[in-house]
Amino acid sequence: MSDVADRVRKIVVEHLGVEEDKVTDSASFIDDLGADSLDTVELVMAFEEEFGIEIPDDAAETIQTFGDAVKFISEAQ
Amino acid sequence: MTGLMQGKRGLVMGLANDKSIAWGISRALAGAGAELAFSYQGEALKKRVGPLAAEVGSDIVLPCDVSDPASIDSLFDALAERWDNLDFIVHAIGFSDKNELRGRYVDTSRDNFMMTMDISVYSFTAVVQRAEKMMNNGGAALTLTYYGAEQVMPHYNVMGVAKAALEASVMYLAEDLGKDGIRVNAISAGPIKTLAASGIGDFRYILKWNELNSPLRRNVTIDDVGKSALYLLSDLGSGVTGEVHHVDAGYHVVGMKAVDAPDIDVVTGRKDG
Repeated sequence: MSDVADRVRKIVVEHLGVEEDKVTDSASFIDDLGADSLDTVELVMAFEEEFGIEIPDDAAETIQTFGDAVKFISEAQ
Repeated sequence: MTGLMQGKRGLVMGLANDKSIAWGISRALAGAGAELAFSYQGEALKKRVGPLAAEVGSDIVLPCDVSDPASIDSLFDALAERWDNLDFIVHAIGFSDKNELRGRYVDTSRDNFMMTMDISVYSFTAVVQRAEKMMNNGGAALTLTYYGAEQVMPHYNVMGVAKAALEASVMYLAEDLGKDGIRVNAISAGPIKTLAASGIGDFRYILKWNELNSPLRRNVTIDDVGKSALYLLSDLGSGVTGEVHHVDAGYHVVGMKAVDAPDIDVVTGRKDG
């Protein structure tokens, strides 16, 4: 779980150019981390590539926060 | 291959990020010495295109909404202020409501049909129409299509119908402009995981299928497409027009699943039908 969280955090920090300590479980990509709608799609693509999983659109829509992403990816693996 | 595009100037439309096919093409062209200009639609894309343009030495980054004729005019007016001549254009634009890129084609709505045809098909004719006037010494235009224009691909639906129309327009444009030394071609690229492709259902499955069944037993990259684009847009392709060139690891010649390809559900881990 923590390994997943670290890898997800690294992607988010690099992609959105935010400070690592801002990426908390409840941090919303759009509201707290400054992502636009394309960023959210690009993040999902980056998660898929990093973890070798497929995140369908309806699932992607439920991934709003860093915590959501870690939870989804941990369960999908 | 340095020098192949030395002194050539061209406009790239439809770059989104560093996964874009347009980026593979831009890198190949810039690497061969071409000077590039870029168009983008909307602020979200502007902030992505700007840094990429800078990476290939371009500071010409202009807005354009291809669904608005006045916006296309403004683009070419702005381009004409910087350049007095244009040698090539790259059109990497397509759009459809992603809710209709799954399920049945027969359920396509009229509104989405019209929009898809306007943005994915007519826009190429519309930009070639303007570009022609700046191509004083001949030129080349390139658009991107997909095998879903020729054969039914899962989920591609109205986009396949649009790509068929786009491929037909390549032929008609080639005929109209050939006498002025302007060549018009398309590249039919194999599936590549781009931002646009993320709207297509089951895309990972499609990628895996192509990887296992294409003659080269791999998927193509944006650099594969870039190299073929360089051929078609440079003097190397001087005798080629009206062509739909497949850059798909050979997938378009395949008639059935490769005997050595494993059961795909095992590979993808897909459980449901």
